[in-house]
Amino acid sequence: MKNSSRRGFMGKAFGAVAGVGAVASLYAMKRSWDPLPSVKAAGFTTLDMSGYKENELVTEKWRGKPIFVLKQTADMVEKAKKNPKELERLIKIGDAYYLVCLGLCTHLGCIPGYNPDEQSFLCACHGGLYDFTGEVTKAPPPRGLDIPPFKIDGNKLVLGEEGPEYKKMLEAGTTLRA
Amino acid sequence: MAHFTKATSLHDWLNQRLGIDTVRRVMATEYWIPKNINFLWAMGMVLAITFGLLLISGIFLLMYYQPNVELAFDSVNYTIMQEVGYGWLWRHIHGVAASVVFLIIYIHMFTGIYYGSYKKGREMIWISGMLLFVAFSAEAFSGYMLPWGQMSYWAGMVITNLFAGGSLHADGLVEWIRGDYVPAQAFLNRFFMLHVLLIPLAILGLIGLHFGALRIPHVNNQDGEEIDFEAEAAKYKSGDKAGSKVIAFVNDFMSKDMMVVGIYLVFFFYLVFYHYDFAMDPVNFDPADGLKTPAHIYPEWYFLWSYEILRPFSTDVGLIAFAFAQVIFFALPFLDKSPNAVPASRRGLFKYWFWALLIDMIVLTAMGKLPPEGIFSTIGLVAALTFIGLWIILPFITKMEKKA
Amino acid sequence: MKKNKEPLILAIVVFFTLVTYYLVEPFAHSQMHKHIESEGFTYKDLPELTKQGDVARGKDLVMGAGACTGCHGIEVAGIPAPMDPVTAAQSYGVNPPDLSDAGSVFDPKFLAELIKNPAHALMVEHKFDVNKGQMHPMTQFYGAGGDLDQEVADMVAYFQSIAKKGEELTPAIAFEVACGRCHATRYNKWTQIGYKPTFKKKQDELAFDTKVLDYQDALTKYMGTLPPDLSMYIRSRGEHYISTFVENPQNYLKGTAMPRVGVSAESAEKVIEHLENVGDPVRHDRAEVGRNVMIYIIIFAIFALLWKKEVWKDLH
Repeated sequence: MKNSSRRGFMGKAFGAVAGVGAVASLYAMKRSWDPLPSVKAAGFTTLDMSGYKENELVTEKWRGKPIFVLKQTADMVEKAKKNPKELERLIKIGDAYYLVCLGLCTHLGCIPGYNPDEQSFLCACHGGLYDFTGEVTKAPPPRGLDIPPFKIDGNKLVLGEEGPEYKKMLEAGTTLRA
Repeated sequence: MAHFTKATSLHDWLNQRLGIDTVRRVMATEYWIPKNINFLWAMGMVLAITFGLLLISGIFLLMYYQPNVELAFDSVNYTIMQEVGYGWLWRHIHGVAASVVFLIIYIHMFTGIYYGSYKKGREMIWISGMLLFVAFSAEAFSGYMLPWGQMSYWAGMVITNLFAGGSLHADGLVEWIRGDYVPAQAFLNRFFMLHVLLIPLAILGLIGLHFGALRIPHVNNQDGEEIDFEAEAAKYKSGDKAGSKVIAFVNDFMSKDMMVVGIYLVFFFYLVFYHYDFAMDPVNFDPADGLKTPAHIYPEWYFLWSYEILRPFSTDVGLIAFAFAQVIFFALPFLDKSPNAVPASRRGLFKYWFWALLIDMIVLTAMGKLPPEGIFSTIGLVAALTFIGLWIILPFITKMEKKA
Repeated sequence: MKKNKEPLILAIVVFFTLVTYYLVEPFAHSQMHKHIESEGFTYKDLPELTKQGDVARGKDLVMGAGACTGCHGIEVAGIPAPMDPVTAAQSYGVNPPDLSDAGSVFDPKFLAELIKNPAHALMVEHKFDVNKGQMHPMTQFYGAGGDLDQEVADMVAYFQSIAKKGEELTPAIAFEVACGRCHATRYNKWTQIGYKPTFKKKQDELAFDTKVLDYQDALTKYMGTLPPDLSMYIRSRGEHYISTFVENPQNYLKGTAMPRVGVSAESAEKVIEHLENVGDPVRHDRAEVGRNVMIYIIIFAIFALLWKKEVWKDLH
């Protein structure tokens, strides 16, 4: 009687010890599925903003996605200033304003093309139209081009980090978390 | 302590050590199946054969496939399809079988629903079968990633995005699953592992469970008749094979299975050689390109109905409806409150429920592929709501059913 | 004995399977992709050739100063290309083709229009608008002083006289002339500057690859995007799409930079055949193995049926 209850207790204790080992190994397995440090490091792209030319679209790459960078001309900034919703979408670095956004249509993810004469983006897939600040001017896209998380660092822009300017955009609903 | 004698034959030698006569009796010659069944009861064997074809063709594909984002596409489309002797045959068999296996699974499932084969002690057969369905779905999805074509990439992107949970924004979970911010090398490698090892292991285990679950409640029959298997087996063994309500698994049932398998294989190989496009989407013969979205992104046909349940709603509602659709079939034995385990044709409102569910799922399947515009999007919404509604009313209409 | 319900059950299963198949395959695809009928490579928008061409006069015109040979080579006539492909692409955007087989690869109506008005023949007037000062890199032929239509007819007659015809014009040549200066097919080692040879030294291979990349850079600048590798196009697009696309690219992609190639109906078939050779070389094996397997599997099914009948004789 005594023996059997002791076996019962030791059996449970053994089960508990085995359980600890199982949980610990589960943790190791979870960690093995994590993105590698090198992959994570590649998740941040630093753009040197001094090299861009006005009204010339440059497509950069961040986390495998196309990023549009469009330096605004003085004219464009003037136009944007008349509409606070448009101005909010621009990133000010030094005295210059930039549109930095994901080059994927918010409708179904096609890549819109930029027309410098019209100063607008046309998505060839379903005819969505965006202005030079990435705001929608013609449906079907449900919202303007998404702005990737960014942090301003002097004359540089770090994509992938969330700086105060980006957080403000999120709060104001200017962009969704891309 | 077992007593061994000098063996008189190889058969006797094995029998003393492995009990092969007992195994054969229990698994084959005295494993009793009702006689009153139709060809739909052979779908289990058809599935086993199709799984075998997938396994064998998969082994040969594995010998030349390269799970590397730079090489995967060409290793499939050039090395395997053009260079390896009969490599194209293995790939066509693998691709077509992966699609056809779902057709048979759906026929098998709807057979179970129609004849009430998930009731009265057969609940575990149904549940283990549904687990197999989930495992096969995961196997199909992970396999679809491997050729690393445009559809592989974008289906991988869209489906893993679902795990962000809409407004929950669980981006960390999505990145954890992918091992990267977008589908890339880590993603391809882990889905390769899942496809060739972990999920097949799970499938083999679940097939064992599914077969085991049949043992005690026995296979159902065409009229939901409760059979006294011992008495009928005794009748069979005494020589009254024609009068007995049961037959032996081998050869009686097996011979009928193989007849159905024979006819099925004619259909199957016709598809493999002459009509494979439906199972190997042309879009996936373009290499993966993360910067170029295909004009239409749709899953393979067997996922379309659940995809369509996701699509017509706003993101969050869609995800909840989608999650509902994934698990609700598991609950069938418990939502069906009727005391009757007979064919749907003899079961009041359930008869209509069955055909409504079947037609609704076909409508969902069709709408899931069509562009979500205009009338198609409205039909899709109605069909998705109908699907959810059908499951909600199921307990009520089956409770009303009188004992037959 | 009870009525045999199996034929009815089979009919129901087959019916629902076919309905589902119809909806997700033929029907869905008819809704997703617009169907374009081929006009049989007749190029109805281009004027008919009314003049009878003279080969000898055509030769003089082609070889004449300021005509074709300033930019194009004509190998069969012993005229080498004036520039190597990379330099040519950097100068013109794309390497001007050797004209040896132009007379049989391209439709004569198209060739005549191409000589007179390249941007119109190639259907790229949206890209090359003379009024906006955007000149097509191929300068149009203004004539050598006589009747322009007669001169063009003579030139076409000359090209037709030197070109390989019938069996001699292989599918590979048709592809290389019509498509191969913009599109690679890596499965048979074709690059935009020719077949990639086997190199003994790694340096030589890298030098060749660099040339290909330089060529592709120039081409990308000219076309807006690098024209895709066509190795698997026979499976990803299919025969119908490719031939109607080649006939008139604007049908599918309004505003695309891809020009109308102007191949003759016969050459179009050869181009398709070449793409089949590159992307689906096992198709003949597949047909033969398929036939044998079908015969075997029907015999298999018959024996299975006979075995079932034998076993079930005692059970009824």
